[in-house]
Amino acid sequence: MDADEAKGETYEEEHVHVVYEQIASHFSSTRYKPWPIIERFLRELPDGAIGLDVGCGNGKYLAVNPDIFIIGSDRSSNLASIAKRHPPHSVVVADILYLPHPSRAFDFAISIAVVHHLSTSWRRVEAIESILQTLRSGGKALIYVWALEQESSRRGWTEQDEQDVMVPWVMRGSRKAAHAGEAGGGEDRTFHRYYHLYRKGELERDVQLAGGEVVEAGYEKDNWWVVATLRTVV
Amino acid sequence: MKLLTINFLTCARKTCKSTPASFPLHPKEAELEQVETEMNPLFLRNILPRLDWEAMRMLTTELGLPNLPAETPAPEELVVATTTDLDAGNGDDRASGPSQMARDLHVLLMETSIASGKLVCGNCGHEYAVKEGIANFLLPSHMV
Ligand SMILES: [Zn+2]
Repeated sequence: MDADEAKGETYEEEHVHVVYEQIASHFSSTRYKPWPIIERFLRELPDGAIGLDVGCGNGKYLAVNPDIFIIGSDRSSNLASIAKRHPPHSVVVADILYLPHPSRAFDFAISIAVVHHLSTSWRRVEAIESILQTLRSGGKALIYVWALEQESSRRGWTEQDEQDVMVPWVMRGSRKAAHAGEAGGGEDRTFHRYYHLYRKGELERDVQLAGGEVVEAGYEKDNWWVVATLRTVV
Repeated sequence: MKLLTINFLTCARKTCKSTPASFPLHPKEAELEQVETEMNPLFLRNILPRLDWEAMRMLTTELGLPNLPAETPAPEELVVATTTDLDAGNGDDRASGPSQMARDLHVLLMETSIASGKLVCGNCGHEYAVKEGIANFLLPSHMV
């Protein structure tokens, strides 16, 4: 039997969406430094370029370039509320599989650390397809996912490890709250988020299956990334 | 949510996206607010030609806002010479600034926002809620 059968939308609701909704502000306070390749991708876009940040989280990439226009979206309304503080950009709450944007309309899209949260192979391909469908001819998408191969990270996974994992997020309780006797305030709380860790070559394969063409690909700090376009139908 | 954004949104249902009636979304019971932002004349000039102007006009009409010009304003309509003294120079080094039209468009597209209300799909009739300036496009499971 396919292990994927137990997974899907309901599984992601419990193991991804509910978790981000609860850890939103703590998560946001730890996510402020843009990664170099993503920052460069956004800075090199021509002034006036219009695009999407699918799964924008706290909106840290919305702060990079004020001369382009980005519509960010996130599944978590708590994260979307944090992300909306970055003019001229905009933020909506949306699901990656049901993006509320016209097809073939955008110059670029980024989706950073999002696709690995979908819990079946088919849904991950569908998510990438959903992003690529928004691109107009010549438009480029930059997609980042967590790598299985991250021996140098503190998590230490190697290619021998299981690809579908639960990753803990520890929210430290505040000592001040504990001291003041506030309910629950002093205790550490651990949340688990579902991840599919991508193997070398797997992201490129998923892009192909999604009707895309890989323009550039690489590995940066425990992540696989691609720049992809929508394959032109001949 | 600033009005500019609505030009880049459509119904989230896959069956609606390919139908012309799903774009633009229609505001309903919209509470508007003015969110002051710094004007970036270059941004405005670059974005204007990318807008579906008919959709923009439909939106402002439905919101009861002043009418937009019939056509997308040309770049030269967005600037105005700020040097009034004609003897001051030979034109090349004449300073220019945003025209009244550019200022009006900045207020309308970048500052006028839907604080709360709904956005309605013209094809399926589904209403997407806007709360605290953020539209929510998550679909109930029976609609996906
Ligand atoms: Zn619809």
